[in-house]
Amino acid sequence: MRRILFAFLLTLCALPARAGSTTVAVAANFNEAATAIAAAFKAATRHEAVLSFGASGALHAQITQGAPFDVFLSADQERPRQVEEAGLAVAGARFTYAVGTLVLWSRDGRATLGDAALKAAGLRKLAIANPAAAPYGEAAIDTLQALNLYDSLKGKIVQGASIAQTFQFAETGNADMAFVALSQVINRTDGGRWLVPENLYKPILQDAVLLRTGEGNEAARAFFTFLRSDDARFVIQRFGYETKAPR
Amino acid sequence: MSALSDIWGPVVLTIELAGLTTAILLVISTPVAWWLARAPSLWKEIVGAVLALPLVLPPTVLGFYLLVMLGPDGPGGAIASLWGARTLAFSFTGLVIGSVIYSMPFVVQPIRNAFAAMGERPMEAAATLRASPWRAFWTVAVPLARPGFLTAAILGFAHTVGEFGVVLMIGGNIPGVTKVMSVAIFDFVETSRWREAHLLAAGMALFAFVVILAMSLIEKRMGRPAS
Repeated sequence: MRRILFAFLLTLCALPARAGSTTVAVAANFNEAATAIAAAFKAATRHEAVLSFGASGALHAQITQGAPFDVFLSADQERPRQVEEAGLAVAGARFTYAVGTLVLWSRDGRATLGDAALKAAGLRKLAIANPAAAPYGEAAIDTLQALNLYDSLKGKIVQGASIAQTFQFAETGNADMAFVALSQVINRTDGGRWLVPENLYKPILQDAVLLRTGEGNEAARAFFTFLRSDDARFVIQRFGYETKAPR
Repeated sequence: MSALSDIWGPVVLTIELAGLTTAILLVISTPVAWWLARAPSLWKEIVGAVLALPLVLPPTVLGFYLLVMLGPDGPGGAIASLWGARTLAFSFTGLVIGSVIYSMPFVVQPIRNAFAAMGERPMEAAATLRASPWRAFWTVAVPLARPGFLTAAILGFAHTVGEFGVVLMIGGNIPGVTKVMSVAIFDFVETSRWREAHLLAAGMALFAFVVILAMSLIEKRMGRPAS
């Protein structure tokens, strides 16, 4: 133990004094990927990325009220665009860092049956993210409507405040199934999942913006650039997202 | 969905939840407070401390435990299976259970204090007049403790109205079932519907002011500290 502590202190000393820090607002679905990227970012640049997670809507509301975030990784395009239009983000820097995939997940194996599981009589509670605040919730509604199941399942829907809470509803078994992001369950071996066919919902294009508060912060600019690097894109893909070729 | 029903629905639901919770709490808390107020022993202090835990615990702790307890792996799920459900979470019943636990100290404490402040004398006097303990309790102790009951009812109601974290964690944001005022405000803020958020928030602020004012007026009129 003492040796580990010593090694840790040694690493601290080894860091250059100019290593900076940046605060990043991250949509809840990107939690694990962002954590992995922050680690890679630190290894590459020595800068620290401090991550705050929440539903895109909640983060957006905070940013419009002057929350001290440098970078905003939303789960949609609409909110970053609004932030940009409000003059809170560096104009022209917005780009799509990830394209999300919607999955149906259950603690038991039933979700693998896909739309048949949604039609089955045993379904009592279906968790989705609040569609007004989280794009994955919107995609879940799209899917149910495309399958002509929305009206019959409306009474069984429970909403999580974010996609993270939505997953937790199903993970604790309080909901039978949940529409979540592939990234949340990609590393799990338990439960069952069904990749929702892409023609059932609008593509979940997730945009990033460099906020004005981060413009003068070297670490923030570095993180924003790093997000487009091959290293970062490799991590993003590993968590079940697609990435767009850099413009 | 019109803006008016978006606001009015949560308001009605909140009043129903707080009203039912307060009624249940008054029934449960009276014997508990009576027991706690009489001749203190270590046991009673321990029980009293357990009941007071929600005063100190973050709502997330309570919300987390409730989510597990109400779910299919906990006792709540076993009860829910009686009528074919899997969980008590996401239901009005679940919210009532959560609120009763969460608001209990606010109801027990004032009643307990009122019983304790009364002392042994009135009950002894009633006994010498051959009133049965049951009759003495209702005709002597309860009337004497009336300010405590009033304070308890107001605090229990107000605290349930002000509940947020627990409901957010076990509610599932279902309009008409679990979407209470505090959650509706959170929702309005998240979705940039600030006009509605302002309306509800201002209403809550006014309500809180009225409650606190009423409390101090009761204290004054009854001529003794209510808690």
